[in-house]
Amino acid sequence: MLTRRALLAASTATMAAPAIHTGARAATPKGVAVMARQIDDIVSFDPAESYEFTNGEVDANCYRRLIRPDVNDATKIEGDLAEKWEVSKDGLTFTFRLRRDAKFDSGNPVTAHDAAFSLQRVVKLNKTPGFIITQFGYNADNVEKLIRALDDYTVEMKLPGEAEATSFILYCLSANVGSVVDMKTVMANQTNGDLGNAWLKTRTAGAGPFKLTEWAASDHVIIDLNPHAAEKALMHRVVIRHVADPSAQLLLLQKGDVDMARDLGSDQLKSIAGDKNLTVASSPQGTSMYIAMNQTMPELQKVQVHQAIKWAIDYDAIAKNITPNTWSVCQSFLPDALPGAVKTNPFMKNVAKAKQLLAEAGLPNGFAVTMDYFNTSPSSEIAQAVQADLAAVGIKASLLPGDQKQVITKTRARQHQLAMLRWGTDYFDPNSNSQAWCENPDDSDQSKLKILAWRSHFVDKELMGESQAAVHELDSAKRIALYHKLQQQFMERAPFAMLLQQNAVTVLGKGVSGFKVGPMPDYTHYSSITKT
Amino acid sequence: MRDKLQTLASNFASIPLTLFGLVLVTFLIGRVMPIDPVIAVAGDHAPPDVIAAIREQLGLDKPLLVQFWIYLVNLIHGDLGHSVMTSHAVTEDVAQYFPATIELATTAIIIAIIVGIPLGVLAAAWQGSRFDHAVRIVSLAGQSIPVFVLGLLCLLVFYVKLGIAPGTGQLDVAYEGLVPRVTGMLVVDSVIAGDWDSFWDALAHLAQPALVLAYFSMAYITRMTRAFMIESLSGEYIITARAKGLSAARILWRHAFGNIAVRLVTVLALAYAGLLEGAVITETVFSWPGLGLYLTVSLLNADMNAVLGATLVVGLIYLILNLLADVLYRLLDPRVA
Repeated sequence: MLTRRALLAASTATMAAPAIHTGARAATPKGVAVMARQIDDIVSFDPAESYEFTNGEVDANCYRRLIRPDVNDATKIEGDLAEKWEVSKDGLTFTFRLRRDAKFDSGNPVTAHDAAFSLQRVVKLNKTPGFIITQFGYNADNVEKLIRALDDYTVEMKLPGEAEATSFILYCLSANVGSVVDMKTVMANQTNGDLGNAWLKTRTAGAGPFKLTEWAASDHVIIDLNPHAAEKALMHRVVIRHVADPSAQLLLLQKGDVDMARDLGSDQLKSIAGDKNLTVASSPQGTSMYIAMNQTMPELQKVQVHQAIKWAIDYDAIAKNITPNTWSVCQSFLPDALPGAVKTNPFMKNVAKAKQLLAEAGLPNGFAVTMDYFNTSPSSEIAQAVQADLAAVGIKASLLPGDQKQVITKTRARQHQLAMLRWGTDYFDPNSNSQAWCENPDDSDQSKLKILAWRSHFVDKELMGESQAAVHELDSAKRIALYHKLQQQFMERAPFAMLLQQNAVTVLGKGVSGFKVGPMPDYTHYSSITKT
Repeated sequence: MRDKLQTLASNFASIPLTLFGLVLVTFLIGRVMPIDPVIAVAGDHAPPDVIAAIREQLGLDKPLLVQFWIYLVNLIHGDLGHSVMTSHAVTEDVAQYFPATIELATTAIIIAIIVGIPLGVLAAAWQGSRFDHAVRIVSLAGQSIPVFVLGLLCLLVFYVKLGIAPGTGQLDVAYEGLVPRVTGMLVVDSVIAGDWDSFWDALAHLAQPALVLAYFSMAYITRMTRAFMIESLSGEYIITARAKGLSAARILWRHAFGNIAVRLVTVLALAYAGLLEGAVITETVFSWPGLGLYLTVSLLNADMNAVLGATLVVGLIYLILNLLADVLYRLLDPRVA
């Protein structure tokens, strides 16, 4: 007969049984580096299409490009697959000589035909990052003639239009979109004339130190050593596990279940200060946080109001109290990591000055305005701080939190008043941000350039002219000087309050080293990661 | 019997209509929400010509009714479209992610049944006793405490403080990729492969999320069982059985429980359906790569084909289990027309 005692014992045993196998592991497997990060942004690993943070970073470790920024000083360019290159005197022809030791993970040698095919493919597919190459004037009709292999190890690239700054061209080629793919493998997997795009979305075919082994969306990415790579990685496998919550990432790191935590916030970083078992690798990023002021709102059209908002915000308090270690003050449209950055922050909280500027604008009592922002940390906390700062000078900002994509949708439709947003540079050249914030040649809905200036109806022909002149300046020193001047003018009169610049922080577990964080995701490298 | 068959036929006939309603509502929500689905594919930086090309490729440039018609026609042909986040057909994604949810929910319901039914029966038998009060408190807590709170508490206590349970996910990294995929349920696949190290690791990872879900479900099953049993124990046939001198256990399990078993079938079917659809939060807390996590990520990325597909699958499972309960109820209980 079933007794009460027997029943209770059975129930307890049932509850406890699955937990009998215990023992959280103290260390990840030897030769395998495990990192926790948010990876739900991945859309495609095809370099001609990949444009998100995580896939850009994975591609950077599975592919090689003709050229790349110097790992130790990203403002300098060095050869990657190209051992040397020449630029014609008129600045219109670039010739790259390739190394002969590089091989794809298939074992196929890397040739100039692969390099030319890869760039032609980017232009023909014309996916999201395609503009980085097509902006020079390439299209599906001319690209095969203008970018071609002269022999097995020489690639020639002729510009279809007028000469551009050499560094501009080279930086664009050093972006992820410039990755060289294995033409034979890719074309063997072509379907319906897609140049292997469908196949490459979930695979890699590059000559980098790793190759993509497995991707389970929003779960994990596994990359393994490319056995044919000329540059050997120290780990034979890197596992990237999706852990959405930064607190959970820290927990896993402290328990030894992962070797690296990639998305820790200021609070978590504060909590581990002084922990000798953990080390930090960080790098300033080309990502800015800023407030856009839509020029359709009459109050926001006045330069004094732009200035008043810029003088109302307590930048240092935000950086110190809300985003220590993760975001620092940057009031220029070129963050510190990028060439041409001015590295000066003229604005600080000055209530009296801000009020005076509002009075000069004919708004002595301030005005009411709405502000959209991302409803995630630290944007939420920063938005509240900005709201309080604006209130102190008489601007009553109503906060409109929203999902990131929802806010982006709204600002792309130009329906915001104020919006606190983020922008990551597209490629490692000042033109990327200069064009985004200063150029709006056609403010109509039919415009072909709908970036940041367009989204806030900002038209300033002088700034636009200077931005366009800078990109065609062939003298590097003069070009940098042009960007310095442009940034000063932008700070004075543009309807954008530049707030902060992101600092990518990775915390490494005990005995882990060699992780190199780049100023952009596609400049971050895993090949020198080691564990003791 | 003819009446029963007619009712069943009518229930079956209502499935397509219910599914149509589900598709319509989900489709409309997906199209009117303030997120441009093209951004999920193209990103914020894409130039206008790329945006336009993707909009056309996704069919979003067509009128809403046409979009819905195309989706319905494809659906009838078994095509749920492609997910923009995974680049796979949604049917492939569902086949990839759903087994993990089934594994989790099935383990949870088994635990919930094994624990919940005896607790409910005995609480009713000893109504008003300390045991009964304890069971009522435990089951009330199970239904009141949010699953995510319980999940996080579990992780904090068993993983962080005591260190006797593994962290999140389905497997430790050391075992990743070792077990060939057969059913998609790692515990089962590791047994099939004869890989006992992976089996124990997978079972250990399954324990916490399954127990959390099981507790939630057990609370419901216990309360319902107790209520049914109290009603059943007050029946005249129980007094008769006692008068005949039958043992307490025989009266309790054979006569009283036997009479509520039919009604419990419905409760269990609905509880299981609830677990299949309700594992979303548990899967998120424990990074469990199931359909719930897939649905959440898809929704946050405005991946509408994936959201529609996953919603339809969950809806279909719910309807089938509901119908199954209905059929069993009618077959087992001759009094139901």
